[in-house]
Amino acid sequence: MARKKIFEGFVERLEILDQDGKVDEKEMPPLKDAELVALMESMLKMRLSDQKALNLQRQGRLNTYGSVRGQEACQAGLAAALDRSDWLVPSFREHAIMVAMGVPLRSVYALWKGDERGNIHPEGVNCLPPAIPVGSQLLHANGLGMAFKMKNMKEIAVGFAGDGASSQGDFHEALNFAGVFGSRTLFFIQNNGWAISVPFHKQTKADSVAQKGLAYGVPSMQVDGNDVLAVYKASKEAVDHVRSGKGPFLLECLTYRMENHTTADDHTKYRDKEEVELWAKRDPVDRMRKYLVSRGLWSEEKEKEFAGSVAEWIESEVEALESMEPASVTDVVDFVYSDLPWHLKEEREMLLKEGN
Amino acid sequence: MVARTEKLTIAQAITAGLKQAMEKDKDIVIMGEDVGRDGGVFRVTEGLMDRFGEERVIDTPLAESGIVGSAIGMAIGGFRPVVEIQFMDFMYPALNQILAHLVRYRNRSRGRYTLPVVVRMPFGGGIHPPEHHSESLEAPLLHTAGLKVVAPSNPYDAKGLILAALESEDPVIFMEPKRIYRAFKEDVPQERYSVPIGKARVAREGKDVSIITFGAAVRTSLEAAEDLEKKGTGAEVIDLRSLNPLDVDAVLSSVRKTGRAVVVHEAPKLLGIGAEIAAIIQEKALLDLLAPVGRVAGLDVPFPLPLLENHYLPNRSRIVEAALSAVNY
Repeated sequence: MARKKIFEGFVERLEILDQDGKVDEKEMPPLKDAELVALMESMLKMRLSDQKALNLQRQGRLNTYGSVRGQEACQAGLAAALDRSDWLVPSFREHAIMVAMGVPLRSVYALWKGDERGNIHPEGVNCLPPAIPVGSQLLHANGLGMAFKMKNMKEIAVGFAGDGASSQGDFHEALNFAGVFGSRTLFFIQNNGWAISVPFHKQTKADSVAQKGLAYGVPSMQVDGNDVLAVYKASKEAVDHVRSGKGPFLLECLTYRMENHTTADDHTKYRDKEEVELWAKRDPVDRMRKYLVSRGLWSEEKEKEFAGSVAEWIESEVEALESMEPASVTDVVDFVYSDLPWHLKEEREMLLKEGN
Repeated sequence: MVARTEKLTIAQAITAGLKQAMEKDKDIVIMGEDVGRDGGVFRVTEGLMDRFGEERVIDTPLAESGIVGSAIGMAIGGFRPVVEIQFMDFMYPALNQILAHLVRYRNRSRGRYTLPVVVRMPFGGGIHPPEHHSESLEAPLLHTAGLKVVAPSNPYDAKGLILAALESEDPVIFMEPKRIYRAFKEDVPQERYSVPIGKARVAREGKDVSIITFGAAVRTSLEAAEDLEKKGTGAEVIDLRSLNPLDVDAVLSSVRKTGRAVVVHEAPKLLGIGAEIAAIIQEKALLDLLAPVGRVAGLDVPFPLPLLENHYLPNRSRIVEAALSAVNY
C-alpha cells in the first residue's frame, strides 16, 4: 500500500491598484470611465455618511455606532458586481453596501439610533436585517441560496461575515451545507484584521480565511480589500460563478477596520499606532483618487462638488430621520407573532393604558 | 356520510399529516438527519422521500445549527421547512439559531419576514436509551417569545396538530412523545383536518381535582385517574396539547369546577411549566382554590440512564398521591 496525496489546493490573491494609484494593466477589469468614477463616488458616499454617523453619535443623536471606515472598497466593489435583485444577508458592519443596494441611509441611521423601523426596507430592496450573533447569518444566506436554486431563480444570496466569524461553528456549517447543496450563495468575508481586540493571528493558525473554503469544496479566493478595482473584479468572477449555477463561492477581502469596533470601544488599548498608520497609507479612497486623477477622470474640484451634493443628501436623510413620528408603544408587542396570544394581549393592554 | 378513518399510531398519524400537507403545498420541505432514505430514526418520515423526492425530503449534514439556520434562509426564500431534530436533547447546538433568529426575524423586521418553520423534536423518557435521548426541554423554548409549542398525546391530535403547525405563519416547535409513538392505535380521519393551536382538551372529566398535563404523561395521568376513581376521587385530566399559547380558559374553567389542581410534566420541577401554570391559577382563580396547586414533575437532575430512569419519571402513584393530598388538604 502506498501513501497518496488526496488533496492539493491553493488560494489566489488578486491585487490591481497599488498604494501610489498605479494599476496592473493586464488585470484591469473592462470598466468604462464613467464606471470607474462611479466606484470612486460610491466609496466617497460611504466615507462621508459614515463620518456623519460618528458625528451624530458624539452629539448623542445616535446610540452605539459601528464604523465602516477603511472597508469602503470591499463594499463598493461588491455592490458594483451585484444585481439589485440579489439578496444581502448582512452582519452589523455592512451598512455601506446596504445603502449602495437601496436601503435608505435614514434607515441605517434609525437602526443605530435604536429604532426597529430602520429594518423596514422598501419593497424590492432585498436585504435582511443585520444579524448581531457573529457568523450566525451565514446559515441564512446558505438557506436562501438553497431556496433560489430549488426555485430556479436567477438571484444569489450574499452572506457577510468578518475574520472573527470564521472561528464560529456556523461559519463552517454554512460552508459545508453550501458545498453539499450547491447553494446560490456568495460568502463575502471582510477580514479587517481585528475582532474587537483580537487580531487575526490569534483567531486562527491558518494564513487566510479563504483557504478554509477549500476544505468544504467551495471555490475560494482572496483579494486586496483596499483595492476597489480588484474587489470589483474578484466579486464579478465570484458572482458570475454563483449565478451560473456552479455553486457557492467564498471571497475574502483583506482590509482594515480604521475605527473602533463601535463607538463603545477604544482601540488604542490594544492596537499599535504604527499599525493603524500603516493601513492609513493603504486607504482605499486615496488609492482610487490617485489613479483617477492620473487618468484625468477626477480632480479636487470634482471631488468638492460631489462631496457637496453628498452632504446635501446626508442632511436630508438626517432630517427625515429626526422628523420621524415616535413608534407606537404597541409596536413593542405587535410583531412577535402573526396573531397575538392572550398573554401578549394582556401586556398590550397594559402598554396602551400607560401610553407613550 | 360517515367520515372514513384509519387506525394509526402517533408516529403514523404524524407521517399521514405531513404527507397530506406536502401533497397540497409544494413549498413544504422536510430537512434533517436521516429523514430521507432512512425515513428518520423513528420512521416518522418513512416513505416521504420516495413520494416527494430528494429535493423535498432532504438528508442534511449532521449539524443541528446548520439545519435550523438553513431552514430559516429557506423560509425567507419562500419554503415551509419542517425540520427534524432527531432527539430534543440534540437541540442545544441549534438553540442559538432558534432563540436568536427563528423567533426574532418577524419582530426584527417589523412583520416582513415571518418564518413558517416547524421544528419536530421527539421528547421524553422511558425508552431506555443512552444519555441525551430522554429529556423534556420545553422550558427554555416556552421562555422565548415568538414560538408556538405544541405536544400531542394521541394519534388524532398528532395529525391535527401537525397540519395546524403547517398552516402557522409563525415557527412551531412540535414535541413528539416518543415513548408512546407506537403504544396504541386510534381511529384517525383520513381527510384533512386540523386541531387548533392554543386549545386544550378534556381527556377525562371529573369533579374533585384537575390533573393538567401533556404528551406521554397524559397516559400516565389517565391511569392515575382510574386509581383515584377506585378511591372515590373524580379526577379531571386536561391535556394541554399546546404549551404556548397556553389554553388558560380551559385550565381555569376546570380548576373553578374542581377547586384543586395538580400539574404533571416530565421536565424538572424547578422553573418548569408547572410553576407557570400554578402562578396563572393563583393569579386568576385564587378564591376558587381549595388546596395549593400540586406539581408532579421530573427530578431536578440530568435525566438518569435506563436503570434508574423510573425513579426520575412522574409515575402513576406519585400523581395519585399528589391528587389525594390536594383533595385531603
